[in-house]
Amino acid sequence: MISLNEYLTVAGLLFSIGFLGVLLRKNTLVMFMSLEFMLNAANLALVAFSRYNATADRTMMDGNIFVFFIITVAAAEVAVGLAIIVALFKQKNTVMVNELNTLNG
Amino acid sequence: MVEFLFYLFSSITLLSALMCVTNRQAVNGAMFMIVAFVGMAALFILLEAYFLAAVQVLVYAGAVVVLFLFIIMLLDLDKNKIKFTINIPTYVASLTAFALLTVAVLKIFGTDSTTNQMVTVESKASALINFGRLLFTKYMLVFQVSGFLLLIAMIGVIILSKKTNTLPEEQTND
Repeated sequence: MISLNEYLTVAGLLFSIGFLGVLLRKNTLVMFMSLEFMLNAANLALVAFSRYNATADRTMMDGNIFVFFIITVAAAEVAVGLAIIVALFKQKNTVMVNELNTLNG
Repeated sequence: MVEFLFYLFSSITLLSALMCVTNRQAVNGAMFMIVAFVGMAALFILLEAYFLAAVQVLVYAGAVVVLFLFIIMLLDLDKNKIKFTINIPTYVASLTAFALLTVAVLKIFGTDSTTNQMVTVESKASALINFGRLLFTKYMLVFQVSGFLLLIAMIGVIILSKKTNTLPEEQTND
């Protein structure tokens, strides 16, 4: 049987991949995508915890509901974030973070 | 069988996530993102969270990725491609942080997995009933607030995309 550890490992590896993307890439859009992977990794860990803590007489649904709200907030976040990126592109004509250095000292 | 499906879908998810992050072209990255999110939905099904799997496919693989693709194609990034410069310290720091995080994650395998086994719960339909009942009783306030949050996000996006049209000097320079 698959235990909780396997799911947590997959969630952690997915978080690491998203983390690597945010650090390594210079394209703001790809960084934003990596951010979504990190959120999704947290979702997977929450669902796994919720499922493995369930017993026969008590279905623990709180973790699942938490994930539902996280997905809602993530959808709102993507809409606002992409609107900000488009506004940024209209002003600076670039989305590369190494060119967006107006606040740099 | 469950073991095989778990390893299949988790490897699909992780590989496509890695391809998405490392792909040079953002459009290909968005396509790999769809595969990764569908694989994640399959993992949710293996965890018997059927409703969340459906929401994952609808919201992430549907709405979010389409939004990403729309913006990538709207901005047309390849036209104003800059020369590719490699910043060595950034790369070394990123890869070191990734390696440290990965080692920390793999350490989970060191703990004993015998106590963390799945217990079979009651039928699937009653799980969904429990989900809905909790959502509309215990978490009613959170539900309302998240609806309000979506409204605020909608208004914010409209205002953000309107303001840039009437910005001063910067527009006239181009």
